[in-house]
Amino acid sequence: METTKEIVINTEPFVVNFGPAHPSTHGVFRMRMTLDGEVIVDMEPVFGYLHRGIEKLAEERTYTQIIPLTDRLDYLASMSNNLAYCLAVEKLAGIAVPERAEYIRVIIAELQRVASHLCAVGFFLNDCGAFMTPVLYMLRERERVLDLFDMVCGQRLTYNYMRVGGVSQDVPDEFIPAVKKFVREMPGWLDEYERLLKENEILLARAKGVGILPRDLAINIGASGPVLRASGVPWDIRKADPYSIYDRFEFDVPVGLAGDCYDRYRVRVEEMRQSLRILRQAIKDLPRGGEVRSQVPHLIRPPVGEAYGHLEGPRGELGFYLVSDGSIAPYRFHVRAPTFINLTALADMMRGWKIADAIIVFGSIDICMGEVDR
Amino acid sequence: MTLALSGKDIAAKIEGKFPKSVVEAAAESLLVEAESLSEIAAYLKNTPGLDFDYLTAVSGVDYLDCFEVVYHLTSIEHNHSLVLKARCYNRENPVLPSVVGLWRTADFQEREIYDLLGISFEGHPNLKRIALWEGFEGHPLRKDFL
Amino acid sequence: MAMQMLPPDWPGNFWAHWAIFAVAVLVFVLLMVIVFIWFERRAMAVMQARLGPNRAGPFGLLQSVADALKILIKEDIIPARSDKLVHWLAPVVAFVPALLIFAVIPFRGGAILADLNIGILYIVAISSITTVGIFMAGWSSNNKYSTLGAMRQVASVVSYEIPVVLSLVGVILLAGSLSMQQIVAAQNIPFILLQPLGFLLFFTGALAEINRAPFDLTEADSELVAGYMTEYSGMKFGLFFLAEYAEALAISAIVTTIFLGGWRGPLLPDWLWFLVKVFIVFFVIVWIRTTVPRLRIDQLMALAWKFLFPLALLNLLITAIEILVWPAVSLWVFVPINIAIAIVLVVLWSKFFKLGWGKVEV
Repeated sequence: METTKEIVINTEPFVVNFGPAHPSTHGVFRMRMTLDGEVIVDMEPVFGYLHRGIEKLAEERTYTQIIPLTDRLDYLASMSNNLAYCLAVEKLAGIAVPERAEYIRVIIAELQRVASHLCAVGFFLNDCGAFMTPVLYMLRERERVLDLFDMVCGQRLTYNYMRVGGVSQDVPDEFIPAVKKFVREMPGWLDEYERLLKENEILLARAKGVGILPRDLAINIGASGPVLRASGVPWDIRKADPYSIYDRFEFDVPVGLAGDCYDRYRVRVEEMRQSLRILRQAIKDLPRGGEVRSQVPHLIRPPVGEAYGHLEGPRGELGFYLVSDGSIAPYRFHVRAPTFINLTALADMMRGWKIADAIIVFGSIDICMGEVDR
Repeated sequence: MTLALSGKDIAAKIEGKFPKSVVEAAAESLLVEAESLSEIAAYLKNTPGLDFDYLTAVSGVDYLDCFEVVYHLTSIEHNHSLVLKARCYNRENPVLPSVVGLWRTADFQEREIYDLLGISFEGHPNLKRIALWEGFEGHPLRKDFL
Repeated sequence: MAMQMLPPDWPGNFWAHWAIFAVAVLVFVLLMVIVFIWFERRAMAVMQARLGPNRAGPFGLLQSVADALKILIKEDIIPARSDKLVHWLAPVVAFVPALLIFAVIPFRGGAILADLNIGILYIVAISSITTVGIFMAGWSSNNKYSTLGAMRQVASVVSYEIPVVLSLVGVILLAGSLSMQQIVAAQNIPFILLQPLGFLLFFTGALAEINRAPFDLTEADSELVAGYMTEYSGMKFGLFFLAEYAEALAISAIVTTIFLGGWRGPLLPDWLWFLVKVFIVFFVIVWIRTTVPRLRIDQLMALAWKFLFPLALLNLLITAIEILVWPAVSLWVFVPINIAIAIVLVVLWSKFFKLGWGKVEV
């Protein structure tokens, strides 16, 4: 009797390099993927291509000279970086901030959050394949925020606006009416994007259930920001450990249920709406007149000690750990970079999915290489 | 408001279970012996009432006579925080136990401290350089590098 | 009653007719491709709140010409370990079939290069040859990315052939002939109204076959650089690029002929109607590209096999039943019935349909 031998085709996994220069990794980021056909078996992230030694440079600069360095950490949300650093130094040196400066700081920080989330959502959709159209619409709104920042400090990307003890200069007269106009029109634009995207079949098919980060893993890897909140943990530094004057404002913290890419996208859009809510309250209560910068010496010498100042940046909890030895420059300057830590679980989120999903998962974490590498 | 727990109170709790492990208990931080770091960290994470399940940041500092690693711990459930420190006095080959088994967030952060300061972490599954390239000589963040 | 088709009364013999028309078709296709590239860039720009090319020539009309010149003078780089002959042949095999399709498209009453009585069969057969060219390109480049891209392409084209052909059969049943001339002649009511489901199926399937969004994963720059075209430069890349737009033009022309009534229409001269309809169909294709995100490969296959294929079979069944029950009154009776059936089927089916199979256990 004849028997036929079963022919088994031997396949073996092969390693593909999503190299540092690639059209869709946000910045210089390398992923070494082990693929079995189209399915990702394992993934190893390699970065450090943008390491500039900011922590070492900061040890040679005075406390005020470090502020432009912090701009270049997360360059898509520079105002938040400045603010976090100034909060850390103020905590270390015990410097108080005048009322008007606090309100201006809140207004600027929330405008920055809107601008950063617009960028994040736009590029996430670009990774999904909606060839540039959502990006260009959202960049159009981001331009308005950048125009507002241009009015305030003359810069569009690396602002260097916050100072220890307040802000560097007062806002011009045309700023507040322009912010009011922006806050009035922005919800209409958000509704327009939502109409096209929220129930879009293809977006739901690509992003729902993809790249799930379970709740316990999210807490264990120290995730923060929209990534943590989309996994079901209602942890927002603005509510849990209010800094500046955030305890005076009324706002909600959007929390997702499933922890997939779609939830991260929805959390970011809802956060934009809440930011607009905070902006409305802050503009109403802004005190007229008053100084915007408390009297600090030109060369700040904080007492010997250490402090950890943190805030809720658009990408997560941005913290600065400063150790002072009484001199004009910090002894140690360490950045707690949210996107660096959020990337810890990237391999777990990608295993079992296909290459096309890897791009989407990576885009939904919303990294900025300046912060990952420092 | 996140309550920053006093090092002295936690020291009192720990002294009972792990004698002779606390070196210095200040109001803002708690310094422990390097050998007992893993046990104390596990105790802080798993004890109900303390529940430090979120490791906010791991930083390394080079004081010229020793290396110090600072752990900022937070509890999401109770909303309190603690600063835990451990020192290592060996300049040539500093070694500390790793906490990756307890908090996976230490994975990349300990690699970065190894890369820039040269402190090795025992028990870390993948201790290689992260920000600089393989084959780089030296550890830039040390005070005697440049 | 169908219109009487007069035989073409062009001067000269068979060879003169063939020569004039071959040249005319070539010129038409190349010119229209250039215009289409310009049109797509301007239309996409307007929909994305920006300007688009407006520097080279008035309204940027010479932009495509400038791009073509640039591509012509670029160096032709061939990877060292590639299969040289296959690498050279691949763009040719990919581009020529797109040109060949135009042999059976009627541009105006009587103006057709070859009035084959198996027009649609010829189109379906020739359009599949492009895939062979694409696979040759991916294989011969000796590059992991290109091979992956080419394999995805072959899988998707093979899957989408079936719903496309089945939706065409509905039209053939209504017209009673495979010849393109006869199909145009039989459209007293444009077939888009009589076969709405068939139109939707054919349009979706055709978009997948020519790799346009939302099915353009083989050339997604968010993924494997440029897929099968990665290792091509210079005029060979230009040929692939031209082939993509020539296929889009071919699909627009086929949809116009089969579903929209070809060159028929009141008032305007017939060649103008043909051009207007082709432009409208192409505009819809560009509109879809600008608006929707992209599908993943397994979602693409699931759409073809689980959604389009059963609907195509149902469409065929319903059309066959309607022809048996041909009303003596008028075909207009079937228009609202078919549109209603199409809407009900699509809505019902999408409720039970799940796109793709998600995470795989590794």
